[in-house]
Amino acid sequence: MIIYRKNFFDLIFSFITAIASLSVVLFIIGIIYVLISESSLAINKFGVIKFLTSTDWDPVRESFGALTNIYGTVITTGLSLMIAIPAAIGIAIFVTEISPNFLKGPIGMAIELLAAIPSIIYGMWGLFTLSPIMGNHIEPFLKKITAGVPLADTLFSGTPMGIDILTASVILSIMIIPFTASISRDSFNLTPAVVKESAYALGATKWEVVKNVVLPYSKLGVFGGIVLSLGRALGETMAVAFVLGNNHRITTSLLDAAATITVTLANEFTEADKDIYLSSLFYLALVLFVLSFITLAIAKLFLLKAERKYSR
Amino acid sequence: MTREQMRKIESGIALTLSTLAAFVGLFWLFFILGDVLVHGMKALNPGLFINDPAPPGVEGGGLRNAFVGQLLITLCATLMGVPVGVLGGTFIAEYARGRKIARIISVLSDIMVSVPSIVIGTFIYAILVKPVGHFNGWSGAVALAIIMIPVVLRTTEDMLSLVSWTLREAAFALGAPYYKVIMQVVYRGAATGILTGILLSIARVAGETAPLLFTSFNNAFFTLNMKQPMSSLTVTIFQYAMGPYDNWHTQAWAAAFVITIFILLVTILGRLIIRWRYR
Repeated sequence: MIIYRKNFFDLIFSFITAIASLSVVLFIIGIIYVLISESSLAINKFGVIKFLTSTDWDPVRESFGALTNIYGTVITTGLSLMIAIPAAIGIAIFVTEISPNFLKGPIGMAIELLAAIPSIIYGMWGLFTLSPIMGNHIEPFLKKITAGVPLADTLFSGTPMGIDILTASVILSIMIIPFTASISRDSFNLTPAVVKESAYALGATKWEVVKNVVLPYSKLGVFGGIVLSLGRALGETMAVAFVLGNNHRITTSLLDAAATITVTLANEFTEADKDIYLSSLFYLALVLFVLSFITLAIAKLFLLKAERKYSR
Repeated sequence: MTREQMRKIESGIALTLSTLAAFVGLFWLFFILGDVLVHGMKALNPGLFINDPAPPGVEGGGLRNAFVGQLLITLCATLMGVPVGVLGGTFIAEYARGRKIARIISVLSDIMVSVPSIVIGTFIYAILVKPVGHFNGWSGAVALAIIMIPVVLRTTEDMLSLVSWTLREAAFALGAPYYKVIMQVVYRGAATGILTGILLSIARVAGETAPLLFTSFNNAFFTLNMKQPMSSLTVTIFQYAMGPYDNWHTQAWAAAFVITIFILLVTILGRLIIRWRYR
Protein backbone atom coordinates (compact mmCIF):
# COMPACT_ATOMS: atom_id res chain seq x y z
CA MET A 1 0.00 0.00 0.00
CA ILE A 2 1.76 3.11 -1.16
CA ILE A 3 -1.28 5.27 -1.85
CA TYR A 4 -1.69 6.54 1.69
CA ARG A 5 1.81 7.96 1.98
CA LYS A 6 0.96 10.63 -0.57
CA ASN A 7 -1.71 12.22 1.55
CA PHE A 8 -1.02 14.19 4.74
CA PHE A 9 -4.31 13.21 6.45
CA ASP A 10 -3.70 9.62 5.53
CA LEU A 11 -0.38 9.75 7.28
CA ILE A 12 -2.03 11.10 10.42
CA PHE A 13 -4.92 8.64 10.30
CA SER A 14 -2.66 5.64 9.73
CA PHE A 15 -0.49 6.85 12.62
CA ILE A 16 -3.46 7.13 15.00
CA THR A 17 -4.78 3.69 14.08
CA ALA A 18 -1.30 2.22 14.43
CA ILE A 19 -1.02 3.60 17.97
CA ALA A 20 -4.48 2.26 18.83
CA SER A 21 -3.59 -1.24 17.69
CA LEU A 22 -0.21 -1.14 19.41
CA SER A 23 -2.03 -0.41 22.68
CA VAL A 24 -2.72 -4.14 22.99
CA VAL A 25 1.00 -4.89 22.83
CA LEU A 26 1.63 -2.05 25.28
CA PHE A 27 -0.84 -3.51 27.78
CA ILE A 28 0.85 -6.89 27.68
CA ILE A 29 4.30 -5.38 28.17
CA GLY A 30 2.89 -3.04 30.82
CA ILE A 31 1.24 -5.87 32.74
CA ILE A 32 4.43 -7.92 32.77
CA TYR A 33 6.60 -4.94 33.73
CA VAL A 34 4.28 -3.69 36.48
CA LEU A 35 3.70 -7.15 37.96
CA ILE A 36 7.44 -7.87 38.03
CA SER A 37 8.33 -4.54 39.60
CA GLU A 38 5.52 -4.77 42.18
CA SER A 39 6.52 -8.28 43.15
CA SER A 40 10.27 -7.55 43.23
CA LEU A 41 10.19 -7.47 47.04
CA ALA A 42 8.79 -10.99 47.18
CA ILE A 43 10.98 -12.20 44.30
CA ASN A 44 14.08 -11.03 46.17
CA LYS A 45 12.98 -12.56 49.44
CA PHE A 46 11.65 -15.92 48.26
CA GLY A 47 13.30 -16.44 44.87
CA VAL A 48 11.57 -18.28 42.06
CA ILE A 49 11.97 -21.98 42.79
CA LYS A 50 11.40 -21.58 46.52
CA PHE A 51 8.25 -19.50 46.01
CA LEU A 52 6.82 -21.99 43.53
CA THR A 53 7.54 -25.02 45.72
CA SER A 54 6.79 -23.68 49.19
CA THR A 55 3.47 -24.60 50.79
CA ASP A 56 3.70 -21.75 53.31
CA TRP A 57 1.06 -19.07 53.24
CA ASP A 58 1.43 -17.30 56.53
CA PRO A 59 0.79 -13.55 56.69
CA VAL A 60 1.74 -13.46 60.38
CA ARG A 61 5.21 -14.95 59.95
CA GLU A 62 5.47 -13.19 56.59
CA SER A 63 6.34 -16.40 54.83
CA PHE A 64 4.71 -16.98 51.46
CA GLY A 65 4.77 -19.71 48.83
CA ALA A 66 2.59 -20.37 45.83
CA LEU A 67 2.32 -24.15 45.85
CA THR A 68 -1.00 -24.46 47.72
CA ASN A 69 -2.55 -21.95 45.33
CA ILE A 70 -1.09 -23.58 42.23
CA TYR A 71 -2.26 -26.95 43.52
CA GLY A 72 -5.80 -25.62 44.01
CA THR A 73 -5.81 -24.09 40.55
CA VAL A 74 -4.48 -27.22 38.86
CA ILE A 75 -6.82 -29.62 40.65
CA THR A 76 -10.02 -27.60 40.12
CA THR A 77 -9.13 -26.91 36.49
CA GLY A 78 -8.20 -30.54 35.82
CA LEU A 79 -11.32 -31.91 37.47
CA SER A 80 -13.61 -29.45 35.71
CA LEU A 81 -12.08 -30.31 32.31
CA MET A 82 -12.61 -34.01 33.04
CA ILE A 83 -16.32 -33.31 33.53
CA ALA A 84 -16.65 -30.71 30.79
CA ILE A 85 -14.84 -32.30 27.83
CA PRO A 86 -17.04 -35.40 27.37
CA ALA A 87 -20.19 -33.33 27.89
CA ALA A 88 -19.05 -30.61 25.50
CA ILE A 89 -18.06 -33.06 22.76
CA GLY A 90 -21.34 -34.90 23.29
CA ILE A 91 -23.21 -31.65 22.77
CA ALA A 92 -21.18 -30.86 19.66
CA ILE A 93 -21.89 -34.32 18.20
CA PHE A 94 -25.57 -33.94 19.01
CA VAL A 95 -25.86 -30.53 17.41
CA THR A 96 -23.91 -31.37 14.25
CA GLU A 97 -24.89 -34.97 13.55
CA ILE A 98 -27.92 -36.13 15.48
CA SER A 99 -30.37 -33.34 16.12
CA PRO A 100 -33.11 -32.60 13.61
CA ASN A 101 -32.49 -29.42 11.66
CA PHE A 102 -35.15 -27.34 13.37
CA LEU A 103 -33.43 -27.91 16.75
CA LYS A 104 -29.92 -26.98 15.63
CA GLY A 105 -30.48 -23.22 15.71
CA PRO A 106 -32.20 -22.98 19.11
CA ILE A 107 -29.72 -25.33 20.80
CA GLY A 108 -26.77 -23.46 19.31
CA MET A 109 -28.30 -20.21 20.55
CA ALA A 110 -28.89 -21.66 24.02
CA ILE A 111 -25.25 -22.70 24.24
CA GLU A 112 -24.10 -19.22 23.19
CA LEU A 113 -26.35 -17.68 25.85
CA LEU A 114 -25.02 -20.02 28.51
CA ALA A 115 -21.54 -18.79 27.55
CA ALA A 116 -22.63 -15.16 27.90
CA ILE A 117 -23.90 -15.44 31.49
CA PRO A 118 -21.31 -13.71 33.67
CA SER A 119 -19.25 -15.88 35.97
CA ILE A 120 -20.50 -14.15 39.11
CA ILE A 121 -24.00 -15.50 38.39
CA TYR A 122 -22.57 -19.03 38.20
CA GLY A 123 -20.71 -18.39 41.44
CA MET A 124 -23.73 -17.08 43.29
CA TRP A 125 -25.98 -19.82 41.97
CA GLY A 126 -23.32 -22.29 43.08
CA LEU A 127 -23.31 -20.91 46.59
CA PHE A 128 -27.09 -20.70 47.08
CA THR A 129 -28.38 -23.61 45.00
CA LEU A 130 -25.71 -26.12 44.00
CA SER A 131 -23.69 -26.15 47.20
CA PRO A 132 -26.58 -27.34 49.44
CA ILE A 133 -27.49 -30.00 46.86
CA MET A 134 -23.89 -31.20 46.74
CA GLY A 135 -23.47 -31.10 50.52
CA ASN A 136 -26.77 -32.81 51.39
CA HIS A 137 -27.24 -35.33 48.60
CA ILE A 138 -24.46 -35.88 46.09
CA GLU A 139 -21.43 -35.85 48.34
CA PRO A 140 -22.87 -38.18 51.03
CA PHE A 141 -23.88 -40.50 48.18
CA LEU A 142 -20.36 -40.45 46.73
CA LYS A 143 -18.99 -41.17 50.19
CA LYS A 144 -21.35 -44.10 50.60
CA ILE A 145 -20.46 -45.81 47.34
CA THR A 146 -16.72 -45.28 47.75
CA ALA A 147 -16.58 -46.32 51.41
CA GLY A 148 -13.99 -49.04 51.89
CA VAL A 149 -12.66 -48.76 48.34
CA PRO A 150 -8.97 -47.94 48.68
CA LEU A 151 -7.84 -44.63 47.09
CA ALA A 152 -11.41 -43.64 46.24
CA ASP A 153 -12.36 -43.23 49.87
CA THR A 154 -9.45 -40.86 50.54
CA LEU A 155 -10.73 -38.77 47.64
CA PHE A 156 -14.05 -38.42 49.42
CA SER A 157 -12.92 -38.35 53.03
CA GLY A 158 -14.00 -35.61 55.40
CA THR A 159 -17.36 -34.03 56.10
CA PRO A 160 -19.49 -33.19 53.08
CA MET A 161 -20.12 -29.45 53.44
CA GLY A 162 -20.77 -28.38 49.87
CA ILE A 163 -18.04 -25.74 50.11
CA ASP A 164 -15.14 -27.65 48.60
CA ILE A 165 -13.03 -28.58 45.58
CA LEU A 166 -15.71 -30.86 44.10
CA THR A 167 -18.46 -28.23 44.10
CA ALA A 168 -16.10 -25.60 42.71
CA SER A 169 -15.02 -27.95 39.91
CA VAL A 170 -18.61 -28.78 39.01
CA ILE A 171 -19.51 -25.09 38.70
CA LEU A 172 -16.35 -24.41 36.71
CA SER A 173 -17.20 -27.27 34.36
CA ILE A 174 -20.76 -26.00 33.82
CA MET A 175 -19.16 -22.68 32.96
CA ILE A 176 -16.71 -23.96 30.37
CA ILE A 177 -19.01 -26.56 28.75
CA PRO A 178 -20.74 -24.06 26.42
CA PHE A 179 -17.42 -22.53 25.46
CA THR A 180 -15.77 -25.87 24.62
CA ALA A 181 -18.94 -27.11 22.95
CA SER A 182 -19.26 -24.16 20.63
CA ILE A 183 -15.64 -24.37 19.44
CA SER A 184 -15.95 -28.15 18.94
CA ARG A 185 -19.18 -27.66 17.02
CA ASP A 186 -17.53 -25.11 14.75
CA SER A 187 -14.65 -27.51 14.09
CA PHE A 188 -17.03 -30.42 13.40
CA ASN A 189 -18.97 -28.28 10.97
CA LEU A 190 -15.83 -27.78 8.89
CA THR A 191 -15.72 -31.47 7.91
CA PRO A 192 -16.63 -31.52 4.20
CA ALA A 193 -20.00 -33.16 3.59
CA VAL A 194 -18.53 -35.14 0.69
CA VAL A 195 -16.11 -36.98 2.97
CA LYS A 196 -18.89 -37.87 5.38
CA GLU A 197 -21.15 -39.00 2.57
CA SER A 198 -18.44 -41.26 1.18
CA ALA A 199 -18.19 -42.95 4.55
CA TYR A 200 -21.96 -43.41 4.70
CA ALA A 201 -21.88 -44.82 1.16
CA LEU A 202 -19.40 -47.46 2.35
CA GLY A 203 -22.00 -48.51 4.90
CA ALA A 204 -20.61 -46.84 8.00
CA THR A 205 -22.95 -46.19 10.92
CA LYS A 206 -23.44 -42.67 12.23
CA TRP A 207 -21.12 -43.24 15.17
CA GLU A 208 -18.44 -44.69 12.89
CA VAL A 209 -18.65 -41.57 10.75
CA VAL A 210 -18.23 -39.38 13.81
CA LYS A 211 -15.44 -41.52 15.25
CA ASN A 212 -13.48 -42.25 12.08
CA VAL A 213 -14.17 -39.25 9.87
CA VAL A 214 -15.37 -36.18 11.78
CA LEU A 215 -13.21 -36.49 14.91
CA PRO A 216 -9.90 -37.20 13.10
CA TYR A 217 -10.63 -34.42 10.64
CA SER A 218 -11.37 -31.82 13.30
CA LYS A 219 -9.04 -32.97 16.08
CA LEU A 220 -6.72 -29.95 15.81
CA GLY A 221 -9.57 -27.50 16.25
CA VAL A 222 -11.18 -29.49 19.06
CA PHE A 223 -7.86 -29.79 20.84
CA GLY A 224 -7.24 -26.07 20.46
CA GLY A 225 -10.69 -25.41 21.89
CA ILE A 226 -9.97 -27.63 24.87
CA VAL A 227 -6.68 -25.88 25.61
CA LEU A 228 -8.45 -22.53 25.24
CA SER A 229 -11.03 -23.65 27.81
CA LEU A 230 -8.17 -24.73 30.04
CA GLY A 231 -6.73 -21.23 29.81
CA ARG A 232 -10.12 -19.75 30.64
CA ALA A 233 -10.64 -22.08 33.59
CA LEU A 234 -7.18 -21.29 35.01
CA GLY A 235 -8.04 -17.63 35.38
CA GLU A 236 -11.66 -17.93 36.40
CA THR A 237 -12.29 -16.12 39.65
CA MET A 238 -15.87 -15.42 40.55
CA ALA A 239 -17.34 -18.82 39.67
CA VAL A 240 -15.09 -20.53 42.21
CA ALA A 241 -14.60 -17.75 44.78
CA PHE A 242 -17.95 -18.44 46.43
CA VAL A 243 -17.69 -22.17 46.97
CA LEU A 244 -14.02 -23.04 47.36
CA GLY A 245 -13.47 -21.68 50.87
CA ASN A 246 -10.04 -20.14 51.23
CA ASN A 247 -7.86 -22.83 52.65
CA HIS A 248 -4.09 -22.77 52.10
CA ARG A 249 -3.48 -26.44 52.55
CA ILE A 250 -2.75 -29.26 50.14
CA THR A 251 -5.49 -31.79 50.65
CA THR A 252 -6.09 -35.22 49.15
CA SER A 253 -9.83 -35.10 49.68
CA LEU A 254 -12.12 -33.46 47.16
CA LEU A 255 -14.47 -32.59 50.02
CA ASP A 256 -11.99 -30.14 51.55
CA ALA A 257 -11.83 -26.42 51.01
CA ALA A 258 -8.86 -25.16 49.00
CA ALA A 259 -7.53 -21.98 47.44
CA THR A 260 -6.75 -21.18 43.84
CA ILE A 261 -4.50 -18.32 42.76
CA THR A 262 -7.53 -16.30 41.68
CA VAL A 263 -9.50 -16.93 44.88
CA THR A 264 -6.53 -15.94 47.02
CA LEU A 265 -6.16 -12.72 45.05
CA ALA A 266 -9.88 -11.93 45.26
CA ASN A 267 -10.09 -12.57 49.00
CA GLU A 268 -6.80 -11.20 50.26
CA PHE A 269 -5.72 -8.42 47.93
CA THR A 270 -7.63 -5.67 49.68
CA GLU A 271 -6.68 -7.01 53.10
CA ALA A 272 -2.93 -7.19 52.59
CA ASP A 273 -1.57 -4.85 55.23
CA LYS A 274 2.17 -5.42 54.83
CA ASP A 275 4.35 -4.64 51.83
CA ILE A 276 5.71 -8.17 51.57
CA TYR A 277 2.16 -9.60 51.74
CA LEU A 278 0.95 -7.38 48.89
CA SER A 279 4.14 -8.04 46.96
CA SER A 280 3.61 -11.80 47.28
CA LEU A 281 0.07 -11.39 45.97
CA PHE A 282 1.43 -9.51 42.95
CA TYR A 283 3.91 -12.37 42.54
CA LEU A 284 0.96 -14.80 42.49
CA ALA A 285 -0.75 -12.66 39.85
CA LEU A 286 2.44 -12.77 37.80
CA VAL A 287 2.58 -16.56 38.05
CA LEU A 288 -1.06 -16.77 36.94
CA PHE A 289 -0.49 -14.37 34.06
CA VAL A 290 2.51 -16.33 32.77
CA LEU A 291 0.67 -19.67 33.18
CA SER A 292 -2.45 -18.58 31.35
CA PHE A 293 -0.56 -16.64 28.69
CA ILE A 294 1.46 -19.72 27.77
CA THR A 295 -1.63 -21.93 27.78
CA LEU A 296 -3.59 -19.51 25.61
CA ALA A 297 -0.66 -19.09 23.22
CA ILE A 298 -0.48 -22.88 22.77
CA ALA A 299 -4.24 -23.00 22.17
CA LYS A 300 -3.99 -20.23 19.61
CA LEU A 301 -1.16 -22.10 17.87
CA PHE A 302 -3.33 -25.19 17.47
CA LEU A 303 -6.31 -23.18 16.28
CA LEU A 304 -4.16 -21.35 13.70
CA LYS A 305 -2.77 -24.68 12.50
CA ALA A 306 -6.30 -26.03 12.24
CA GLU A 307 -7.42 -22.97 10.32
CA ARG A 308 -4.56 -23.35 7.85
CA LYS A 309 -5.38 -27.02 7.38
CA TYR A 310 -9.06 -26.40 6.66
CA SER A 311 -8.51 -23.49 4.36
CA ARG A 312 -6.28 -25.62 2.14
CA MET B 1 -24.95 -61.68 17.11
CA THR B 2 -23.70 -60.63 13.75
CA ARG B 3 -21.08 -57.96 13.26
CA GLU B 4 -23.62 -55.60 11.70
CA GLN B 5 -25.84 -55.78 14.75
CA MET B 6 -22.85 -55.11 17.02
CA ARG B 7 -21.96 -52.01 15.03
CA LYS B 8 -25.51 -50.79 15.09
CA ILE B 9 -25.76 -51.28 18.84
CA GLU B 10 -22.43 -49.53 19.39
CA SER B 11 -23.60 -46.63 17.27
CA GLY B 12 -26.90 -46.47 19.14
CA ILE B 13 -25.19 -46.38 22.52
CA ALA B 14 -22.73 -43.67 21.52
CA LEU B 15 -25.41 -41.49 19.98
CA THR B 16 -27.67 -41.91 23.00
CA LEU B 17 -24.82 -40.79 25.24
CA SER B 18 -24.21 -37.70 23.08
CA THR B 19 -27.88 -36.83 23.15
CA LEU B 20 -27.88 -37.27 26.92
CA ALA B 21 -24.85 -34.96 27.20
CA ALA B 22 -26.64 -32.33 25.16
CA PHE B 23 -29.71 -32.47 27.35
CA VAL B 24 -27.68 -32.40 30.56
CA GLY B 25 -25.92 -29.28 29.24
CA LEU B 26 -29.21 -27.63 28.38
CA PHE B 27 -30.64 -28.70 31.72
CA TRP B 28 -28.03 -26.55 33.49
CA LEU B 29 -28.94 -23.55 31.36
CA PHE B 30 -32.57 -23.75 32.32
CA PHE B 31 -31.73 -24.62 35.92
CA ILE B 32 -29.47 -21.59 36.38
CA LEU B 33 -31.64 -19.20 34.38
CA GLY B 34 -34.82 -20.42 36.04
CA ASP B 35 -33.30 -20.09 39.48
CA VAL B 36 -32.11 -16.55 38.81
CA LEU B 37 -35.50 -15.61 37.34
CA VAL B 38 -37.57 -17.11 40.17
CA HIS B 39 -35.48 -15.68 42.99
CA GLY B 40 -34.92 -12.40 41.17
CA MET B 41 -38.60 -11.80 40.39
CA LYS B 42 -39.47 -12.34 44.03
CA ALA B 43 -36.86 -9.85 45.16
CA LEU B 44 -37.59 -7.19 42.57
CA ASN B 45 -39.41 -4.07 43.73
CA PRO B 46 -39.34 -0.37 42.76
CA GLY B 47 -37.59 0.54 46.01
CA LEU B 48 -34.58 -1.35 44.79
CA PHE B 49 -33.93 1.24 42.11
CA ILE B 50 -34.72 4.43 44.03
CA ASN B 51 -33.32 3.74 47.51
CA ASP B 52 -29.74 3.58 48.69
CA PRO B 53 -28.64 0.64 50.87
CA ALA B 54 -29.89 0.47 54.42
CA PRO B 55 -27.29 -0.05 57.17
CA PRO B 56 -26.17 -3.71 57.43
CA GLY B 57 -28.76 -5.88 59.12
CA VAL B 58 -31.59 -3.36 58.69
CA GLU B 59 -34.46 -4.42 56.42
CA GLY B 60 -35.33 -2.43 53.31
CA GLY B 61 -33.08 -0.16 51.33
CA GLY B 62 -32.15 -0.55 47.69
CA LEU B 63 -29.25 -0.63 45.31
CA ARG B 64 -29.56 2.74 43.57
CA ASN B 65 -25.86 3.44 44.15
CA ALA B 66 -24.85 0.14 42.53
CA PHE B 67 -27.11 0.58 39.49
CA VAL B 68 -25.85 4.10 38.85
CA GLY B 69 -22.25 3.13 39.55
CA GLN B 70 -22.43 0.16 37.20
CA LEU B 71 -23.90 2.36 34.45
CA LEU B 72 -21.26 5.05 34.91
CA ILE B 73 -18.32 2.64 34.99
CA THR B 74 -19.55 0.67 31.97
CA LEU B 75 -20.32 3.86 30.05
CA CYS B 76 -16.86 5.35 30.69
CA ALA B 77 -15.22 2.02 29.82
CA THR B 78 -17.17 1.95 26.55
CA LEU B 79 -16.23 5.54 25.71
CA MET B 80 -12.56 4.71 26.26
CA GLY B 81 -12.43 1.19 24.89
CA VAL B 82 -14.55 1.41 21.75
CA PRO B 83 -12.64 4.15 19.86
CA VAL B 84 -9.28 2.53 20.60
CA GLY B 85 -10.62 -0.90 19.63
CA VAL B 86 -12.24 0.26 16.40
CA LEU B 87 -9.19 2.30 15.32
CA GLY B 88 -6.86 -0.55 16.23
CA GLY B 89 -8.93 -2.98 14.21
CA THR B 90 -8.86 -0.53 11.32
CA PHE B 91 -5.07 -0.50 11.32
CA ILE B 92 -4.86 -4.28 11.25
CA ALA B 93 -7.49 -4.75 8.57
CA GLU B 94 -6.53 -1.80 6.37
CA TYR B 95 -3.12 -0.16 6.64
CA ALA B 96 -1.27 -3.24 7.87
CA ARG B 97 -3.38 -5.75 5.95
CA GLY B 98 -1.42 -8.90 5.25
CA ARG B 99 1.70 -7.73 7.06
CA LYS B 100 3.39 -9.61 9.85
CA ILE B 101 2.62 -6.90 12.44
CA ALA B 102 -1.11 -7.31 11.74
CA ARG B 103 -0.94 -11.05 12.38
CA ILE B 104 1.04 -10.59 15.57
CA ILE B 105 -1.33 -7.99 17.02
CA SER B 106 -4.33 -10.07 15.99
CA VAL B 107 -2.99 -13.16 17.77
CA LEU B 108 -1.98 -11.17 20.86
CA SER B 109 -5.47 -9.65 21.01
CA ASP B 110 -7.01 -13.10 20.87
CA ILE B 111 -4.85 -14.08 23.82
CA MET B 112 -5.69 -10.87 25.70
CA VAL B 113 -9.40 -11.61 25.29
CA SER B 114 -9.00 -14.67 27.50
CA VAL B 115 -6.34 -13.44 29.94
CA PRO B 116 -7.60 -13.69 33.54
CA SER B 117 -9.47 -10.47 34.24
CA ILE B 118 -8.34 -10.48 37.86
CA VAL B 119 -4.75 -9.99 36.68
CA ILE B 120 -5.85 -6.85 34.85
CA GLY B 121 -7.40 -5.73 38.15
CA THR B 122 -4.05 -6.11 39.96
CA PHE B 123 -2.29 -4.27 37.12
CA ILE B 124 -4.66 -1.30 37.32
CA TYR B 125 -4.43 -1.33 41.11
CA ALA B 126 -0.67 -0.84 40.81
CA ILE B 127 -0.82 2.02 38.32
CA LEU B 128 -4.07 3.86 39.13
CA VAL B 129 -5.06 3.05 42.71
CA LYS B 130 -1.79 2.83 44.64
CA PRO B 131 -0.42 6.20 43.42
CA VAL B 132 -3.73 7.95 44.23
CA GLY B 133 -3.96 6.30 47.62
CA HIS B 134 -7.59 5.17 47.44
CA PHE B 135 -9.94 3.13 45.24
CA ASN B 136 -11.67 5.13 42.53
CA GLY B 137 -14.29 4.74 39.81
CA TRP B 138 -11.97 5.75 36.99
CA SER B 139 -9.60 2.87 37.64
CA GLY B 140 -12.54 0.44 37.35
CA ALA B 141 -13.55 1.99 34.04
CA VAL B 142 -9.99 1.75 32.71
CA ALA B 143 -9.74 -1.91 33.78
CA LEU B 144 -12.97 -2.70 31.89
CA ALA B 145 -11.76 -0.67 28.88
CA ILE B 146 -8.59 -2.76 28.72
CA ILE B 147 -10.71 -5.91 28.65
CA MET B 148 -12.92 -4.37 25.99
CA ILE B 149 -10.24 -3.17 23.55
CA PRO B 150 -9.03 -6.56 22.25
CA VAL B 151 -12.64 -7.77 21.87
CA VAL B 152 -13.69 -4.73 19.81
CA LEU B 153 -10.40 -4.77 17.89
CA ARG B 154 -10.83 -8.38 16.75
CA THR B 155 -14.48 -8.02 15.70
CA THR B 156 -13.70 -4.77 13.86
CA GLU B 157 -10.87 -6.52 12.04
CA ASP B 158 -13.14 -9.40 11.04
CA MET B 159 -15.95 -7.12 9.93
CA LEU B 160 -13.68 -4.85 7.87
CA SER B 161 -12.16 -7.89 6.17
CA LEU B 162 -15.65 -8.89 5.04
CA VAL B 163 -15.99 -5.70 2.99
CA SER B 164 -14.94 -6.69 -0.49
CA TRP B 165 -11.69 -5.31 -1.85
CA THR B 166 -13.26 -4.27 -5.16
CA LEU B 167 -15.41 -1.75 -3.27
CA ARG B 168 -12.24 -0.06 -2.04
CA GLU B 169 -10.71 -0.19 -5.51
CA ALA B 170 -13.77 1.53 -6.92
CA ALA B 171 -13.28 4.37 -4.42
CA PHE B 172 -9.54 4.52 -5.12
CA ALA B 173 -10.31 4.79 -8.82
CA LEU B 174 -12.35 7.91 -8.09
CA GLY B 175 -9.20 9.38 -6.59
CA ALA B 176 -10.17 9.13 -2.92
CA PRO B 177 -7.28 8.95 -0.43
CA TYR B 178 -7.22 5.84 1.75
CA TYR B 179 -8.52 7.53 4.89
CA LYS B 180 -11.58 8.77 3.02
CA VAL B 181 -12.12 5.32 1.55
CA ILE B 182 -12.00 3.84 5.05
CA MET B 183 -14.33 6.37 6.61
CA GLN B 184 -16.87 6.74 3.83
CA VAL B 185 -16.87 3.34 2.18
CA VAL B 186 -15.40 0.65 4.42
CA TYR B 187 -16.91 1.85 7.72
CA ARG B 188 -20.32 2.22 6.08
CA GLY B 189 -20.15 -1.28 4.69
CA ALA B 190 -19.13 -2.76 8.03
CA ALA B 191 -21.16 -0.51 10.36
CA THR B 192 -23.71 -3.12 11.45
CA GLY B 193 -21.02 -5.68 12.16
CA ILE B 194 -18.90 -3.26 14.15
CA LEU B 195 -21.94 -2.14 16.14
CA THR B 196 -22.74 -5.75 16.97
CA GLY B 197 -19.17 -6.28 18.12
CA ILE B 198 -19.47 -3.25 20.38
CA LEU B 199 -22.77 -4.52 21.80
CA LEU B 200 -21.29 -7.93 22.56
CA SER B 201 -18.23 -6.37 24.18
CA ILE B 202 -20.49 -4.27 26.42
CA ALA B 203 -22.31 -7.45 27.42
CA ARG B 204 -18.95 -9.00 28.15
CA VAL B 205 -17.63 -6.28 30.47
CA ALA B 206 -20.96 -5.55 32.17
CA GLY B 207 -20.70 -8.89 33.98
CA GLU B 208 -17.04 -8.56 34.98
CA THR B 209 -16.44 -8.61 38.71
CA ALA B 210 -12.85 -9.57 39.35
CA PRO B 211 -11.22 -6.48 37.77
CA LEU B 212 -13.47 -4.18 39.80
CA LEU B 213 -12.65 -5.73 43.17
CA PHE B 214 -9.41 -3.79 43.60
CA THR B 215 -10.16 -0.80 41.43
CA SER B 216 -13.56 0.80 41.85
CA PHE B 217 -14.09 -1.40 44.94
CA ASN B 218 -17.42 -0.65 46.59
CA ASN B 219 -19.24 2.23 48.19
CA ALA B 220 -22.24 1.99 50.47
CA PHE B 221 -23.25 5.53 49.55
CA PHE B 222 -24.57 7.09 46.38
CA THR B 223 -21.91 8.93 44.41
CA LEU B 224 -21.41 10.31 40.93
CA ASN B 225 -17.81 11.20 41.63
CA MET B 226 -15.57 8.90 39.59
CA LYS B 227 -12.60 9.87 41.76
CA GLN B 228 -14.19 8.12 44.73
CA PRO B 229 -14.69 4.41 45.34
CA MET B 230 -17.76 3.42 43.38
CA SER B 231 -20.26 0.66 43.84
CA SER B 232 -21.12 -1.71 41.00
CA LEU B 233 -23.79 -4.40 40.70
CA THR B 234 -21.32 -7.22 40.32
CA VAL B 235 -19.15 -6.35 43.31
CA THR B 236 -22.32 -5.75 45.33
CA ILE B 237 -23.54 -9.24 44.40
CA PHE B 238 -20.25 -10.68 45.61
CA GLN B 239 -20.36 -8.78 48.90
CA TYR B 240 -24.07 -9.33 49.57
CA ALA B 241 -24.13 -13.03 48.64
CA MET B 242 -21.15 -13.74 50.91
CA GLY B 243 -22.67 -11.61 53.69
CA PRO B 244 -24.65 -12.96 56.65
CA TYR B 245 -28.03 -11.23 56.17
CA ASP B 246 -31.05 -12.74 54.38
CA ASN B 247 -32.02 -9.27 53.22
CA TRP B 248 -28.65 -8.99 51.47
CA HIS B 249 -29.10 -12.37 49.79
CA THR B 250 -32.49 -11.32 48.43
CA GLN B 251 -31.04 -8.12 47.01
CA ALA B 252 -28.11 -10.05 45.53
CA TRP B 253 -30.62 -12.23 43.63
CA ALA B 254 -32.40 -9.11 42.40
CA ALA B 255 -29.13 -7.59 41.19
CA ALA B 256 -28.20 -10.91 39.55
CA PHE B 257 -31.59 -10.95 37.82
CA VAL B 258 -31.20 -7.43 36.41
CA ILE B 259 -27.65 -8.00 35.15
CA THR B 260 -28.45 -11.42 33.64
CA ILE B 261 -31.50 -10.09 31.79
CA PHE B 262 -29.52 -7.12 30.51
CA ILE B 263 -26.67 -9.29 29.23
CA LEU B 264 -28.95 -11.91 27.67
CA LEU B 265 -30.99 -9.25 25.88
CA VAL B 266 -27.90 -7.51 24.51
CA THR B 267 -26.40 -10.85 23.43
CA ILE B 268 -29.61 -11.96 21.70
CA LEU B 269 -29.92 -8.56 20.02
CA GLY B 270 -26.32 -8.86 18.78
CA ARG B 271 -26.89 -12.36 17.38
CA LEU B 272 -30.13 -11.32 15.70
CA ILE B 273 -28.44 -8.37 14.02
CA ILE B 274 -25.65 -10.62 12.73
CA ARG B 275 -28.17 -13.14 11.44
CA TRP B 276 -30.27 -10.44 9.80
CA ARG B 277 -27.31 -8.68 8.20
CA TYR B 278 -25.02 -11.53 7.17
CA ARG B 279 -27.30 -14.18 5.85
